[in-house]
Amino acid sequence: MSTTSEAQPRITSVAEVKAALGDRLVDSFHKDDLWLRVRTDEWKSSMRTLRDTLGFHYFCFLSAIDWMPSPFGRGEDDPTEPAPERDTTIRQGYAGGETRMQVFARVTNPVTHVSVFVKVDVPDESLTVESIHDVYAGANWHERETHEMFGISFDGHPDLRNMYLPMDFEGFPLRKDFPLLARMVKPWPGIVDVEPLPGDGDDEGGEE
Amino acid sequence: MSLTDRVLGDRQRLAYIASQAADARLNVELETEGMTLNIGPQHPATHGTLRIIARLDGEQVVWAEPSCGYMHRGYEKLAEVRTYPQVTTLVNRIDWLGSFANEVPFILAAEKLMDVEAPPRAQHIRTILFELSRIANVSLFLGDLGVQMGAITPVFFAFRDREYVLNLIEGATGGRFHPNFDRIGGLKDDLPKGWIAETKAVMKKLRTFCDQIEDLLFGNEIFQSRTRGIGVIPRDIAMQFGLSGANLRASGVDWDLRRDHPLPMAWNKIDWKVWTHPDGDSFARCWVRLQETREATKIVDQLLDTIPSGPIMAKVPKIIKVPEGEAWVSTENPLGEMGYYVVSRGELGPFRVKIRSASFNNISVAPWALRGVYVPDIITILASLYFILGDIDR
Repeated sequence: MSTTSEAQPRITSVAEVKAALGDRLVDSFHKDDLWLRVRTDEWKSSMRTLRDTLGFHYFCFLSAIDWMPSPFGRGEDDPTEPAPERDTTIRQGYAGGETRMQVFARVTNPVTHVSVFVKVDVPDESLTVESIHDVYAGANWHERETHEMFGISFDGHPDLRNMYLPMDFEGFPLRKDFPLLARMVKPWPGIVDVEPLPGDGDDEGGEE
Repeated sequence: MSLTDRVLGDRQRLAYIASQAADARLNVELETEGMTLNIGPQHPATHGTLRIIARLDGEQVVWAEPSCGYMHRGYEKLAEVRTYPQVTTLVNRIDWLGSFANEVPFILAAEKLMDVEAPPRAQHIRTILFELSRIANVSLFLGDLGVQMGAITPVFFAFRDREYVLNLIEGATGGRFHPNFDRIGGLKDDLPKGWIAETKAVMKKLRTFCDQIEDLLFGNEIFQSRTRGIGVIPRDIAMQFGLSGANLRASGVDWDLRRDHPLPMAWNKIDWKVWTHPDGDSFARCWVRLQETREATKIVDQLLDTIPSGPIMAKVPKIIKVPEGEAWVSTENPLGEMGYYVVSRGELGPFRVKIRSASFNNISVAPWALRGVYVPDIITILASLYFILGDIDR
C-alpha cells in the first residue's frame, strides 16, 4: 500500500522554500524534516506565503519552547538543603535563534504530504509576535494555549482568555523558571531516600 | 468576502445568515430573548468533563464555545522531569480508550533521536496492538453514538464486544487500559501462547459487530435524518483547523498517516484501504469510523498471519540517554493525528515535549461548526467529531 508514498519526497527542496520566502528566512535546518526560522516582523506574512504560494494548507500545531535550562534541574533536589547553582545558559535548537522564547508551528502540504516546522524568535522585552489565526483558523486555540502556558502575547488575536487555568492564576507553567511544586515540596523518592524505613538501624532483622 | 463565505455550501450559508439574523434580533431584543445554555461539565453526551456554553435564540445556536480545562494534568511539564522510559506511563493516560496507541509515537520519536530501530517482530506486534486499541476505542464510539440519539441497544453490543478486545490487550500486555508495554528499542514481552488464534476469533466477532451496527444504526431512518447534512465541515475548513483522522477523511481528504508517512511499523507490509467520504457531515464522520474499524480487523488478521520470528528488543543501553536533537513523530491514532515534538539535550529526560493531540484540534472547530445549528444537533455534531477529554486537555 505504502510503496507509492515512500517513493515521494517527504521534504520540499530547501531552495524552493528559500526562493519563496526570500530574505524573510533567517536560517534553515534539514534533517529528516525541514526546519525554518523566519524574521519576527515577517512571521505572519511568511506563514501566508507558505500557505498560498507553497500549498501548506494543513495546520498541524503551534507552540513555544523556552530555551533556558531550568534553574531547578529535574526537580530532584533535597528541599532541606540549599539548591545548587545551575548553568542556565540559553542555547537554541535546530535552525538557531537569538531569544529565550521561540514560537514554532508545523504546517503540511496535503497534496505532497510535505511538512515544515517554522520557528520564530520572540523578542525578550515585548514577548509578542503576530497572531496567525487569520491565516490558519486553527491557530486560534493553539495561541491561546501558548499565551497561557508561556506568557507570550499574540498581536491581533481576538480572545486570549485562559483555556485551562483560572483567569487569576499567576505565572506561566511551561516556562522553565516556573517550579513544579510537587517536586519542590517533597524529594523525588527515586533519587533520595530520606525517610528511614522501619527496622532500619537494627541490622539483623532487616529482611524477612 | 470572508473566508467563511467562500467555502460554505448553500445550506451552511443559509444557516450562517440565519445565525447572523438571530444575532441581530438578539441585540435589539425584538421577538425573542436570547438565553445561554450550559451543557456540562457533567453531561452524558460530553465523554468526560467538557462544558459547552451556547447562546441560543429560540432553538438556534447563535454562538457556542467549549470550555475545557477540567482534565488538564500538565503532561508537557511533567514529562520534563521524567526519564524517557517513564514518560510512557504519563502519555498512556492521554487518550484513555486507546492507550497503547499513545505510547507508540513517543517511543518512535525517542528511537529516531537515538537512531535505534525495533526489530521486525516488535514492529509487527506494535502494529497489531496499535490496531487493537483502535478497535477498542472506536467500537465504543459506535455504541455510544446510538445512545446520544436515543437508541439504547448499540451500546450494549459495543461494551460486550469491546470486552473481547480488552481481554486480548490484557492477555498480551497485562494491562486492560494502560498497557505501558512499549519500550525504546522494542517491546516488554513477546506474545503469550495461543494469543494469535484467540485474536483471530475475536476479529471475526468484531466484524459481526460492525455489520450489526451498520444494520441497526446506519440503516436507521432516524439516525440518518439526525446526521445527514448536519454539521457539514468543508474540506478547507477541516484543513485550516487541523482536523485529523476520520474527521478529515470524512471531508473528502484522502490522507492517512499510516499510509502516507513512512514509519518503522508494519502497515506498509500489508494490503488495506483508506476510507474517505465526500460529504463532510456528521453521517460521513461516523460512517468513515465504522469502515475503519472493520478495516482494522482485516489489518490485524493479515498481520497475524505474517508475524516474523526473531527478537523483540533491539540492543539498547540499560540507562537510556538520548542524544541531543529535535524529533517529531506522529501516527494515525484512533482519534486522529497524535504527535510528539521531543527536544533532547542529551540527558536522561526530555528537555521539552510538545504533545499534539488529535482532539484538541478536532474540538477547536466546534465554535465554527455549531454556529446556526439547532439545539438537538449540538449533541450529534459533538458526538460525530468524537473527542476524548484527556486528549483535549492533556
